Amino acid sequence: MSSLNELYQEVILDHNRRPRNFRRIEGASHHAEGYNPLCGDRLTLDVQVDDGRIADVAFQGSGCAISKASASLMTDAVKGQSVADARDMVTRFQRMVTTPPDQQVENMGKLSVLAGVREFPVRVKCASLCWHTLKAALDREAAISTE
Amino acid sequence: MVTSTREMVQDAGVRGRVLDVDAVRADFPILHRRVHGKPLVYLDNAATTQKPQAVIDALSRYYTEANANVHRGVHFLSGIATDAYESARSTVRAYFNAGSDREIVFTRNATESINLVAHTFVRARLGAGDEVLISAMEHHSNIVPWQLVCQERGATLRVAPIDDSGELILDELERLLTDRTRILAITHMSNALGTVNPIAAIVKLAHAREIPVLVDGSQAAYHLPVDVRALGVDFYAATGHKLYGPTGIGVLYGREALLEAMPPFLGGGDMIASVTFEKSTWNVLPYKFEAGTPHIEGAVGLGAAIDYINRVGLPAIAAHERDLLAYGTQVLESIPGVRLIGTAREKASILSFVMQDVHPHDIGTIVDREGVAIRTGHHCAQPVMDRFGVPATARASLAMYNTRAELDALGAALEKVREVFA
Repeated sequence: MSSLNELYQEVILDHNRRPRNFRRIEGASHHAEGYNPLCGDRLTLDVQVDDGRIADVAFQGSGCAISKASASLMTDAVKGQSVADARDMVTRFQRMVTTPPDQQVENMGKLSVLAGVREFPVRVKCASLCWHTLKAALDREAAISTE
Repeated sequence: MVTSTREMVQDAGVRGRVLDVDAVRADFPILHRRVHGKPLVYLDNAATTQKPQAVIDALSRYYTEANANVHRGVHFLSGIATDAYESARSTVRAYFNAGSDREIVFTRNATESINLVAHTFVRARLGAGDEVLISAMEHHSNIVPWQLVCQERGATLRVAPIDDSGELILDELERLLTDRTRILAITHMSNALGTVNPIAAIVKLAHAREIPVLVDGSQAAYHLPVDVRALGVDFYAATGHKLYGPTGIGVLYGREALLEAMPPFLGGGDMIASVTFEKSTWNVLPYKFEAGTPHIEGAVGLGAAIDYINRVGLPAIAAHERDLLAYGTQVLESIPGVRLIGTAREKASILSFVMQDVHPHDIGTIVDREGVAIRTGHHCAQPVMDRFGVPATARASLAMYNTRAELDALGAALEKVREVFA
């Protein structure tokens, strides 16, 4: 499979076309805005944390297929997880997309479709924006940026 | 000798009215490399142009034969380095048809040229309630410097609107020229839309109200003949790396009487006539504005670049690029789902577009794998993106060495984008 096909896999194209959890959560306990000033990608993330667990998570925004699919996949992956586990996933995802392409990376299940972004260094920030924003929301920071 | 580029012409070049694109391409070594296993199709010229061998050689020759500091030493090399630097200034002066070398200040880039005028000319004239007028199609470099001085002085930044095709609305511009307007700062050609503004007419409107005009010529200077005196502008800013020259060298043209009356921008060596701890006096134009050791090889390279442009001939370049723009417009319009952003009647060398359901960054990544280099994003013109209600566009921008075949390659690469996102 060419690196381009690996980047734009059907799963990613599907999540781009039909992003999951693409909505707002009224009165969510945690919230953050993600913004990439270089490309203009914007992301609004709402997280409802109940008893240390992510009960609901949703996003809205505009961006490229990679950033949208990444956010969609992330919301599916962290929903139901403990906050501690979600924070751990932030670190593991970041490691997965920044490991050089010739090295093995951890299998992160469905999220592994985004490992292909490693072949496209300038696009890593597209995949990472939502995860940075999740961390900011859990840290209750107001706004974050990948630059 | 560094200044003898004309005798040392090695470019296959083109002489005459019609541009021989194969001969031109032979002069640009980078165009022969491959990327991702495909021939490079370089369509990001509005960001920076590639450099002809004549420029690369001039840089190498400068360091091989002439390197020394300028305006200082009595020794031989300092003399020829100074000659090379000043000869480049004359070349720039002639290119823009300025009246005197004293009116040509070397800067780092167009951004620095604009900042120089903002700080040494406009700031002191700007009081609370005064206005700076720009247009809605400006690059950030012709917005932010004015915002900074307006903030500091309690002045207001006004913006002349554009229509849906990306043309300036002249009536609105005229209405916004008031007795509080202290400068009109406007681009000659939009980097995001390609629109070419009627500068001579705009200058007339402003001068009728005694409002000085600065023109950002970053994009226009390598596509159109620019005659600062015929245009009547007070200041004209340009950058070397878009003129097929090196990065880090820019130009500010300013009318001599205005430059004469302005205080220095930066203080340091070379810009002084005398220094004591009590008081310093300033050097004559243009050195008053060139503090410190300048970008000597940058100026030399820019001179060589302009010599090259002159040998090919700007009218021939403009005609060639007009043909490419028309052809590229057809190519893009034939692709389902593609919409051009910026359709002004007077435009040059920029094809900004969006594609239905595909974000520009995805377009950029996919066409890159086909060897096609385009820019995607907001092009440092976020207000333009807002005006057209898009977060970003994809932009193919043309230069003298591009071909119809390359635009076909862009079209084929965009078909690939459609396949991926089908």
